[in-house]
Amino acid sequence: MTRTVKRGSPMTKTFLNKAFILGAGLTLAACTSPDRFGSDSAVDLNNSAGSVAGSASDPTSPAYFQQAVGDRVLFPVDQHTLTNAAQSTLDAQAEWLLTNSDYDALIEGHADEQGTREYNLALGARRANSVHEYLVSRGVPASRLRVVSYGKERPLEICSTESCYAQNRRAVTIISIGTGV
Amino acid sequence: MMYRFMTIVLAVLALIQAPALRAQDGPLRIEITEGVIEPLPFAVPDFIAESSAANELARNLARVVAADLSGTGLFREIPADAFISPVTSFSSPVQFADWKAINAQALVTGAVNVDAGGKVTAKFRLWDVFAGQELGNGLQFSGTQDGWRRIAHKIADQVYSRITGETGYFDTRVAFVAESGPKGQRAKRLAIMDYDGANVKYLTDSSSLVLAPRFSPTGDRVLYTSYESGFPRVYMLDIASVSRRVLESQDGTMSFAPRFAPNGRTVVYSLIRGGNTDIYKMDIGTGQSTRLTSAPSIETAPSVSPDGSQIVFESDRSGSKQIYVMSADGGDARRISKGDGQYGTPVWSPRGDLVAFTKQSKRRFHIGVMRTDGSEERLLTASFLDEGPTWAPNGRVIMFTRETQGEQGQSRLYSVDITGRNLRQVSTPGGASDPSWSPLQ
Repeated sequence: MTRTVKRGSPMTKTFLNKAFILGAGLTLAACTSPDRFGSDSAVDLNNSAGSVAGSASDPTSPAYFQQAVGDRVLFPVDQHTLTNAAQSTLDAQAEWLLTNSDYDALIEGHADEQGTREYNLALGARRANSVHEYLVSRGVPASRLRVVSYGKERPLEICSTESCYAQNRRAVTIISIGTGV
Repeated sequence: MMYRFMTIVLAVLALIQAPALRAQDGPLRIEITEGVIEPLPFAVPDFIAESSAANELARNLARVVAADLSGTGLFREIPADAFISPVTSFSSPVQFADWKAINAQALVTGAVNVDAGGKVTAKFRLWDVFAGQELGNGLQFSGTQDGWRRIAHKIADQVYSRITGETGYFDTRVAFVAESGPKGQRAKRLAIMDYDGANVKYLTDSSSLVLAPRFSPTGDRVLYTSYESGFPRVYMLDIASVSRRVLESQDGTMSFAPRFAPNGRTVVYSLIRGGNTDIYKMDIGTGQSTRLTSAPSIETAPSVSPDGSQIVFESDRSGSKQIYVMSADGGDARRISKGDGQYGTPVWSPRGDLVAFTKQSKRRFHIGVMRTDGSEERLLTASFLDEGPTWAPNGRVIMFTRETQGEQGQSRLYSVDITGRNLRQVSTPGGASDPSWSPLQ
């Protein structure tokens, strides 16, 4: 299962707990499915030096992806093309996903509140798709990626000025445990 | 629904009133299309209770009839404390001089009975006071006690119709999204209520995000968008049984913005595939869908004309959001929106003569109407965020969502006449958005 997570929201703590559980689950899975994860990966998962598996300091953890790699890219008004900064973030996301191949990702596209509900749903889908296409172009298998649009339904910042709108025009890559497909 | 069991008895009551001189102003009449009108003064004394069980209803029916009429902005109620002669019997002659003296141009009298089985029977007469005669025939409606408000709405619809020449819209319901919780994590539930905010009933819980219910032409089903699968998908819900089914569930796609065609068997909606949004139609009997647009631009918010031949929709194919019309089978589309700014959510009026829309211009949002060729654009509202118009079944009033700005921003429902007059907030239990007005029941 996947769930929507916003940095800085009350959900974050819950997410980290979930991530920890996911990490623990992986450790278990690695023991029972050595073929799938390979020995290197299994060693990483079990023995990340000086870090707790699943925490943000564990580079194989979703929390690390969210906080250190950067789980989101931002878009200009009414745009879905990727800025240079967005491409750099997505390069790092692609690298992480290729390294941590036991995870899948859900890409959420969002819009700010200026616009109709319908158009913003379509716009959010364009943004999520831009990220999807970029990650695939960097070698991430499309089978590991899904996209969803929330339009303007889930603003991260709730003020009605450009400072908030800029944060809300986003595509967020949410890491989930792989389906093994 | 109890409404289903409500039987409506229409009985023409004997017309005994003797002919009287016409008023100098001619017959009692409101022309809604006139530019500026003075609301017509009317009086609705408490109905006569024909049994003690009907005492409370006698007053409540009159109050709802009065509220319906006043709510249109076309009528002004004369308060009961101004009345000179009480109405003590439904069959006694009306003392026209006493009603003329307080300038009540229209007078509604009524009586109500509740029988031993709990059946409510109400009758009414509409009087043209200055002409000194009855306008139309007396009518009688029956229903359950739970459904008493519908009886009042039906009486008000008759009064409205006889005076304006238009079909009424009071015996209707509104499907909408009830909102609660903070702006960043809004909980949304599908809900339905009477057009005046009474009898709110929830159709879904808040476990999944839901958007934009749309009534069927017969008022018994709604289409809506739900995230219950994790992805936005179009569902159809039967209101009486509250049972639902997904209509469009192609893997890897998202669907939204559904609307029934007037035949009730075809649904038009938007489908997102590979990031691109196009318009499709589906036969809900066979589940077979047909793609109607195939541009790389966004095509969404389709609405079918009342004759079923055309679809009005929103597209950004020109580089900005504009409104287009195409055949109901797809093909070439012509742009109809012509003004500055960006246009969305077009909705064909039930009369077929106008398209209501949302317009975004200079960081303000408007609800407006234009003719179906895009001419005679008229903006009816302006605010930080107005969107999503829905038509009253008579094509005279529009309901929409208004959201206030800022961290405490909330959505509420408003209604406005297509003349731009009579902007009113619609009563809802809390935050509300995405209204859909039912047909007349």
